[in-house]
Amino acid sequence: MTGNYLLEISYIIASILFIFGLKMLSHPEKARKGNQWAAFGMILAIITTILFHTKDGKHIGNISYIIVAIVLGTIIGWTVAKKVKMTAMPQLVSLFNGMGGACAALICLMEFPHLGQVTNNFNMFSGEVFDLLIGLVIGSVSFAGSMIAFGKLNGNIGDLRIKSMRFVNIGFLLIIILFFIFIMSRGYIIPITIMPYIYLLLGISLIYGISFVMPIGGADMPVVISLLNSFTGVAAATGGFLYHNQAMLTGGILVGSAGTILTILMCKAMNRSLINVIVGVFGGSSAIGKQTVGNIKEITLSDASILLSYSQKVVIVPGYGLAVAQAQHLCHDLEKILEEKGVEVSYAIHPVAGRMPGHMNVLLAEADVSYDKLIEMDEINPVMPNIDVCVIIGANDVVNPAAEDDPASPIYGMPIIKAYNAKNIIVMKRGMGKGYAAIENNLFFNDKTRMLFGDAKATLQKLVTEIKNL
Amino acid sequence: MEQILSFIYSFKEPIFIVILSIFLGIEVISHVPAVLHTPLMSGANAIHGVVIIGAIIVMGHAISTISMIIGFIAVVLGTLNVVGGFVVTDRMLEMFKKKK
Repeated sequence: MTGNYLLEISYIIASILFIFGLKMLSHPEKARKGNQWAAFGMILAIITTILFHTKDGKHIGNISYIIVAIVLGTIIGWTVAKKVKMTAMPQLVSLFNGMGGACAALICLMEFPHLGQVTNNFNMFSGEVFDLLIGLVIGSVSFAGSMIAFGKLNGNIGDLRIKSMRFVNIGFLLIIILFFIFIMSRGYIIPITIMPYIYLLLGISLIYGISFVMPIGGADMPVVISLLNSFTGVAAATGGFLYHNQAMLTGGILVGSAGTILTILMCKAMNRSLINVIVGVFGGSSAIGKQTVGNIKEITLSDASILLSYSQKVVIVPGYGLAVAQAQHLCHDLEKILEEKGVEVSYAIHPVAGRMPGHMNVLLAEADVSYDKLIEMDEINPVMPNIDVCVIIGANDVVNPAAEDDPASPIYGMPIIKAYNAKNIIVMKRGMGKGYAAIENNLFFNDKTRMLFGDAKATLQKLVTEIKNL
Repeated sequence: MEQILSFIYSFKEPIFIVILSIFLGIEVISHVPAVLHTPLMSGANAIHGVVIIGAIIVMGHAISTISMIIGFIAVVLGTLNVVGGFVVTDRMLEMFKKKK
């Protein structure tokens, strides 16, 4: 019995640690500690479950196999998490999220036949059945969806933009609801007899997960991952209901609600509604936007280096292109060499720069860029007219003035970094390709703008050498 | 009707926890600076790995070979979620250290 007490107490401690961990994750200085506290809570909950959990008086069996499974998962998870490049972070989060979803779905699948002690009749119209069905459906949708999101971010899967997909998806949802009604209206039966329908429901949920994410554009994947993250939270919480387990309940629901809010915050940063993202209107519209007039003006490396060296204030606007080219370290070199020449350098970070909100901060932090040099969009915009040179490296949509002055543009209304207010603008770009939103950028045709074409890494390298030799 | 009421009654504590947790989650997140969105999402991702407890329970009481195998897979997947999630979050946050 003491074990039982210890188990419950450890669950309470774990829940508190989860809450504190999540809270501390919202302060830059305490975030790492917060993550470690949450991890500690998790380890505590896992160990006490193995040691003290009892079901009908029986302790946890198969402990050696459980430990083998945990060790195996730890080795794989640890290695992958340590080795992955920082640019691949979004797809990795998606992958781990999918694992959690699959785990929840498997649990529900396994527990279903055990309702009513396997051989007895069980009332299908009950909270337990509803709970298991929810866990099964949400867990498997989250798993399948996360895998597709992973494939899209990794570049293995393209977008499937078919308008009719949304009707197909609504159809799937209706079928799932019908399954719920069908299964729950069976009355008193032996649960195992209904298993064929449960497997069918599992299959449909998996297909729904795929068709749910397939039509959503790659640029919206962060929002989708965040949404699926909260789905998995809810799926985990269904397990908490089933086992009357407080740690699973608090952990799951906390992530479910926090994830939903985070999803909405992300949508706000992109000025889109969640419905809009899910239905996938973005980019699917045929709006071309205003035709651009004017000429592209290029700048030579030596001119660019002179311009930068003799400026007082330089702002760098980094985009995903910078990260893809793995040029964040060179960017830091550029910053250092300019600072040596007395130029004040800072970075303007758009909330959705990179592939996820805050992704760019992580990437720059990786390159040792000091935290206080990163300036958020709302702080940089008012002082932009005082900036001598605004250097845009691999960013496009986040500086596109069409978001402000062209109501026909698909990104109209999205807050942008007002680079066009700077005295001079240098755009480093691979070529005249369009941004993720696939729309023309008027900024490139601005009189103050000079283009510096080429791979971000190579160009930055040359620029740094050029400035050194000045 | 009777069944729905009795369900709510028998699950009154979990329902209570759920409602409070929803508000807590909203409260905790709403003051997060955009800088930390990615680590936060990753950290939250690791926390829902708590589902592994369910997997351990399933496997711990598994009798048939099939349920052993599925339980084993569930525990491995859950561990991946937990360990991968926490380690990757830690790696991200390590870079936020103040630099002099």
